[in-house]
Amino acid sequence: MSGPSTFVPKSALGKWFESRLPIMGLIHSSFIAYPVPRNLNYLWTFGAILSFMLIAQIITGVILAMHYVPSASLAFLSVEHIMRDVNFGWLMRYLHTNGASMFFLAVYIHMFRGIYFGSYKAPREVLWILGVIIYILMTATAFMGYVLPWGAMSFAGATVITSLFSAIPIVGVSVSHWLWGGYAVGDPTLNRFFSLHFLLPFMIVGVVVLHVWALHVCGQNNPDGVEVQNVERDTVPFTPYATIKDLFATCVFFILYAWFVFFIPNYLLDADNSNIANPLVTPAHIVPEWYLLPFYAILRAIPNKLAGVLALFAALALLAFLPWLDTSPVKSAKYRPAFKVFFWVFVVCCIGLGYLGSQEVTDSATLVARILSIGYFGFLLVALPVLGLIEKTKPIPASIADAVLAKTGAAS
Amino acid sequence: MIRFKTSLIASAILALMMAGGVAAWAQDADQPKPERQRWSFNGVFGTFDQAQLQRGFQVYKEVCSNCHRLSIPFRTLADSDGPGFSEAQVKALAASYQVVNEDPNDKGEMFKRPGTPADVFPPPDAFPNDAAAVAALGKAPPDMWLLAKARKYERGFPNFVFDIFDAYQEVGADYIVAILNGYTHSDDQQWNLYYPGHKIAMPQPITDGAVTYTDGTPPTLVNYSKDIAAFLSWAAEPTLVERKKIGLRVIIFLIVLSTLMYFTKKRIWANAH
Repeated sequence: MSGPSTFVPKSALGKWFESRLPIMGLIHSSFIAYPVPRNLNYLWTFGAILSFMLIAQIITGVILAMHYVPSASLAFLSVEHIMRDVNFGWLMRYLHTNGASMFFLAVYIHMFRGIYFGSYKAPREVLWILGVIIYILMTATAFMGYVLPWGAMSFAGATVITSLFSAIPIVGVSVSHWLWGGYAVGDPTLNRFFSLHFLLPFMIVGVVVLHVWALHVCGQNNPDGVEVQNVERDTVPFTPYATIKDLFATCVFFILYAWFVFFIPNYLLDADNSNIANPLVTPAHIVPEWYLLPFYAILRAIPNKLAGVLALFAALALLAFLPWLDTSPVKSAKYRPAFKVFFWVFVVCCIGLGYLGSQEVTDSATLVARILSIGYFGFLLVALPVLGLIEKTKPIPASIADAVLAKTGAAS
Repeated sequence: MIRFKTSLIASAILALMMAGGVAAWAQDADQPKPERQRWSFNGVFGTFDQAQLQRGFQVYKEVCSNCHRLSIPFRTLADSDGPGFSEAQVKALAASYQVVNEDPNDKGEMFKRPGTPADVFPPPDAFPNDAAAVAALGKAPPDMWLLAKARKYERGFPNFVFDIFDAYQEVGADYIVAILNGYTHSDDQQWNLYYPGHKIAMPQPITDGAVTYTDGTPPTLVNYSKDIAAFLSWAAEPTLVERKKIGLRVIIFLIVLSTLMYFTKKRIWANAH
């Protein structure tokens, strides 16, 4: 779709530069002339929102790193120093901690949108897998970032997650010790987590570049799930159409972000993390951040530790295989009535697991968590392959333009 | 299709009810939740009530400070968004404390000197460090500087959803008020209605009339508890007022910008159809 660039520089200097490094042409073909399906809805603005959030996280994070001290005895105090004594330090820190939550909120909407409209299907398998890699890098980055304030919950979280690796047979305990840099979570652990928390976002940037590149090779999917046939009829140029729509959606998203940062900045933070980490005092009730709760619920739902850890990683890794687990040739749920139902059941399973992950373990909670875990894996491993074989899909429109005309025609 | 949808919604509601029910069973029947108080610093326009913070500081100084430290510098008490004491008052207050100098004297001995506004409140005289407190009390009383952020109670479903919209952030303050008013068994000084499990390490610290206010506020436990909770909320989050002031402007700006963007978007897309 993004064939040879049609960009022609106007100035002599521009021509001189373009013949040596065609970067202006690249920008022009990627963000100005790039054809965008004309039927995209607002769910397609989350890519832009996520780009903004990634940049915001990096800028606030770099500033916080100027004042933060990654040492077990000073980390907690340095965060309070940022909150109280650094000019607008409270703003940087609240933007960063709540920014992580907003980043995950946006990425979950982005991913569920991809599943609902079958965005992972040919020819976008690589695009989807790159997205899953970004998501896994994000969870690793967020987990290590949560350890840095060195509060009681940071310490407990670091202990729980790194101890997962001790479930590996034979070498497990050695792996845990190697991760900790000692016999328990301590100073060396905090130092390496800080180092990696600084590194991983730039790896995310790298994979995001590949993700956008792959996107611009095969073009965007769209709510009707039919490929672009006629660029004239089916698409609009990225600028100004998508640019203004993305900017508007980002602004609206920022209202939500600002609400959290300025009025409920501690809503998503655990009170226990305002207590300094103490290896001798474990919080009564260990919970991860909200965006990891469904996986935590899956981990706790399984009685065997190794099986629980495998299920946790499988829940993440299976997402990369969606393009082959889903056997239906029809992309959009709009034309897949049965898939639509299973999709929403899957969403309910994820939200239910998230809620249970935040609750204390009881027999009934474990039972419900097991049922919902079966729902989660059942959707990926049973419903998706089987539905493609037996589902009676609705007729798909011949082209994007036909779908748009059918909609506007019906409306008028 | 409609039947599909209704059954789907029904199953979703059922799943949520199951999850909610699970939470309800887990609740201890004789463990009431702290009552929600009215705070001047709640909500979008919230600011601290200076007189209340000054009274709260008096409660801290006369009662809490016997056992609890408060690791904030004296100078912050002059903060105009906080207690707003005058510079002279803060200077005099700091000088009334003996703090250990950071460096030893020329004989190599650590020595005490009168405090300055830049110094942090020293630990209680009785307990120069946590080990001393553990030896005397069995458990070290927590540092109070972050106490209002470090305490919570479970809000439960659906309250935690509503809390997003009415900007409820005073969970810790409400918890502190509840604890101070929770000593309802006069025969057991360490029984607290609101403390999880009821067995609290701190014996009842304050009762009616323990502190004499100078501004005419009735010297009751209820007032003490609210004033100290407000003071500790400021101590835990001294930038709250600045944050809310800036936040209001940011949100208004974003709403105006979004509106303009919306109409621009509409105008541009009008050509596309």
